[in-house]
Amino acid sequence: MIKKSSNVLLEVIDIAKEFDVSKPWLNRVIERQERQILKAVDGVSFTINRGETLSLVGESGCGKSTVARLVCGLYKPSRGSIIFDSVNMADAGADEVQQLRKRFQMIFQDPYASLNPRWRVGKIIAEPLRVHKIATSNADVKQRVDKLLTQVGLSPLDAEKFPHEFSGGQRQRISIARALSSNPEFLVCDEPTSALDVSVQAQILNLMKDLQREFGLTYLFISHNLAVVSHISTRVGVMYLGRLVEVADTKRIFANPQHPYTQMLQSAIPDLKMTGKQRTPVAGEVPNPLTPPTGCAFHPRCPHAFERCKTERPNLIDYEDGGQVACHAVEEKRINIRVAA
Amino acid sequence: MSSTPAVPLLQVKNLRIEFPTRRGNLTAVDDISFDIAAGEVLGVVGESGAGKSLTGAAVIGLLEPPGRIANGEILLAGRRIDNLPFEELRKIRGREIGAIFQDPLTSLNPLYTIGRQIIETIETHLDLTHAQARARAIELLNEVGIPAADRRIDHYPHQFSGGMRQRVVISLALAANPKLIIADEPTTALDVSIQAQIITLIKKLCREHGTAVMLVTHDMGVIAETADRVAVMYAGRIAEIGPVAEVIHSPQHPYTIGLMGAIPSVGDAHERLAQIDGSMPRLSAIPKGCAFNPRCTRVNDVPNHRCTTERPELLPAGKTKAACWLHVSAAAQTDKQAVTA
Amino acid sequence: MTGALTSTVRRFLDSDIWYKFRRDPIVIVATIIGLILILSSAFAPLFAPHSPFDLKTLNLSDAFTPPAWIEAGKAQFLLGTDDQGRDVLSTIMYGSRASLVVGFAAVLLSMVVGITLGLISGYFGGALDAFIMRVADVQLSFPAILIALLISGVARVVIPNSQHDQVAIYVLIFAIAASGWVQYARTVRGSTLVERNKEYVQAARVIGRRPLAIMFAHVLPNVLGPVMVLATLHIGTAIITEATLSYLGVGMPATQPTLGTMIRIGGDFLLSGEWWILWFPGLALVVLVLSINIIGDWLRDALNPKLR
Repeated sequence: MIKKSSNVLLEVIDIAKEFDVSKPWLNRVIERQERQILKAVDGVSFTINRGETLSLVGESGCGKSTVARLVCGLYKPSRGSIIFDSVNMADAGADEVQQLRKRFQMIFQDPYASLNPRWRVGKIIAEPLRVHKIATSNADVKQRVDKLLTQVGLSPLDAEKFPHEFSGGQRQRISIARALSSNPEFLVCDEPTSALDVSVQAQILNLMKDLQREFGLTYLFISHNLAVVSHISTRVGVMYLGRLVEVADTKRIFANPQHPYTQMLQSAIPDLKMTGKQRTPVAGEVPNPLTPPTGCAFHPRCPHAFERCKTERPNLIDYEDGGQVACHAVEEKRINIRVAA
Repeated sequence: MSSTPAVPLLQVKNLRIEFPTRRGNLTAVDDISFDIAAGEVLGVVGESGAGKSLTGAAVIGLLEPPGRIANGEILLAGRRIDNLPFEELRKIRGREIGAIFQDPLTSLNPLYTIGRQIIETIETHLDLTHAQARARAIELLNEVGIPAADRRIDHYPHQFSGGMRQRVVISLALAANPKLIIADEPTTALDVSIQAQIITLIKKLCREHGTAVMLVTHDMGVIAETADRVAVMYAGRIAEIGPVAEVIHSPQHPYTIGLMGAIPSVGDAHERLAQIDGSMPRLSAIPKGCAFNPRCTRVNDVPNHRCTTERPELLPAGKTKAACWLHVSAAAQTDKQAVTA
Repeated sequence: MTGALTSTVRRFLDSDIWYKFRRDPIVIVATIIGLILILSSAFAPLFAPHSPFDLKTLNLSDAFTPPAWIEAGKAQFLLGTDDQGRDVLSTIMYGSRASLVVGFAAVLLSMVVGITLGLISGYFGGALDAFIMRVADVQLSFPAILIALLISGVARVVIPNSQHDQVAIYVLIFAIAASGWVQYARTVRGSTLVERNKEYVQAARVIGRRPLAIMFAHVLPNVLGPVMVLATLHIGTAIITEATLSYLGVGMPATQPTLGTMIRIGGDFLLSGEWWILWFPGLALVVLVLSINIIGDWLRDALNPKLR
């Protein structure tokens, strides 16, 4: 592993994931239905540099969680490639993949489901240590587990307890300790705080930032909450119906969103400072992903849509400040909302 | 407020909800009192386990056994409703108090068309012929913004999207023109863009119908945009109650202050969020005195260990009411000065 | 280690299930009776007044002695004797031992097979799942007793006559187990389908654990609850099946009495007035199965979160 030349830790090239959601064969024949393919992710590309946090945001069904699971190897991509530290995961042998697994871990959304209820906390945190043979003697394992528990703000005494004895926030700390135990460089966080209360969410977000600074971690952060995303990320990617519509620096994307969907999402954020004022209500809902609109998937809800949007799918094009936008209107400079932040 | 001598629409007095368990009674809601005036939106906010949903359930008489009202009174338009026999209560439910729950899918019976469900509710409570009821149902669906209501009325719940389903639920809650609506996390299961639509809708309808709303949610953003007044609950008690702008912008109780600081917002440049250490106590281990005292940073600012020994009452603090000894001692001091002067 | 043990014991004494148990007199009675029956048969050589296998102590002149409280009864044969002069009480103790061994062993075997197939079926899914579940469906469409009859019938033909008596117990266990695994496989498959998609299983996959390790270390402990209930109820059924097979003459040989063979033998004398030869083994069977079923039913309710 002497390939640490590039600054790019993860590169995702045109990945797609299709799920076959058809009814069983017999039903299809009787009801004369076609096979139904759900394109959960349809051609997504991005890179993550070492030490940064890339967030993917979007509404339910936009495929952001599927991207997280593809990156972690929980799903096999239908096409495209995932390159982790210059190694293409698809070409890597079983041993090499097992080696790579040590270096990336995942934190899940539901702190109540992500810990095995029948295991003691110490055993849960030690699992990666034992699987990857990082520590083998019981004394060594115990010492490491104690240290991890302290790092995430719990007590070494908690190792003897069962998950149900902890609150949601404390469980998420246990999840983080488990994810950190194999000394990974890269963490995929799938909505890690959306099941938590705000005060606990603040604790976890602060902890994640502290750990990132301390260990130089790289995060892929999945969330539907724009405020959380704006707080934690370096760069943000906005997804809509399985595709990335805009990627840019956090500051830029919130100060000066380009894609109409990003603008719409942003105006929908509840703002505490605007007490009593109305949000800009957003028209329409996310279409059924089984039958996505032709052309740009956003066109039925887009105030700037015109003929070309209905037929031709826009690709991500580089925008002046290093960001990328997939929108015909922006490309043709028909919408110009370049306002100083 | 003193200019309205009339009885408030809903009065909750010293409500106490207990869960008998084998380890003694757990007090989930502990001696809370509040009023809602006609046409007013009261937000009830708190973290999970604060007792906010139980309070809502108690008002509408849907407290799940073994939970029970151990003490206190609930009065609707001056009439006591917490001790009514089941049949009487059933008449009030739907007719005088409507309910909107979190999950629009489970609030509707999947086997009946939405029209049948709305018409049934109307016919149960209002003296209308079937044709009149149907006309009213279509009118309601139009009002909540369901396109082609005269056709959609004969559709089943699964034929609607999440946002549309929540609209149907709202029309169901409004069917008999109730005076009060209990909305328990009405937007939590929805995407941000849909949330904004639903909030706008609830607000508009309540204003037009003069309906009072008790809006139970954990989302301060929703409260900020919808509520007139807000009650902040912690560990089964009201920590602070007051006009929404005051509570958000100049909170008085240390818990509310911490809660407001913990909410990330877009564009705030802080590296770390303010966090409240620790977690909400379990019902079986609520601390003596002020329930918040183990997490409070200002315990030592109150003399005589009052915070750990004596429970504070809700008393005026700034422009809100807070249950905190900090403000009580301040008030007492001013009282003393008044006496000496 | 002792610390972990005492903490486990303390956790049990503090658990809801122990609390509920203490509050349910019917289950307590059933458990006590069940334990008495099981212990007295497990340690039959210690408790039984006679040994039905010891030919020296058997005396044909003692045959058909009625129970002790009837005029012609003898104090040494509390529940009377059978046609060969064997003490009925002792034979019940030894006989329920064989019944229990067959019951427990058959349940254990079908559990192991059923759980394994259910885990594989639920975790891997696809064609393997379809195949296992169709086999289960076919099996389920025959009554259990019929399958057991078939297997012991086939075994009788395949295995030479001289060995019938030695292998009878194994054939019986296998026959009962073969008809019982389907329930376990289905239950475990269902729970596995649920558990497989839970995030702790996905976390284990991300960590890099292999499928078999995930199945047994993570999924198995979480699907065992309903299986234990099923197993308790199944023990009752297995004992009845054993008794039925033995009654029909395809189970245990007469030289190794079980409750079933005793009932069969007793049946021959019911009409001639020696009712005790049938009644007492029958009563023992009913009480044993009933207490096991009561415990199983209670366990199902106690473990069901919806009924709490």
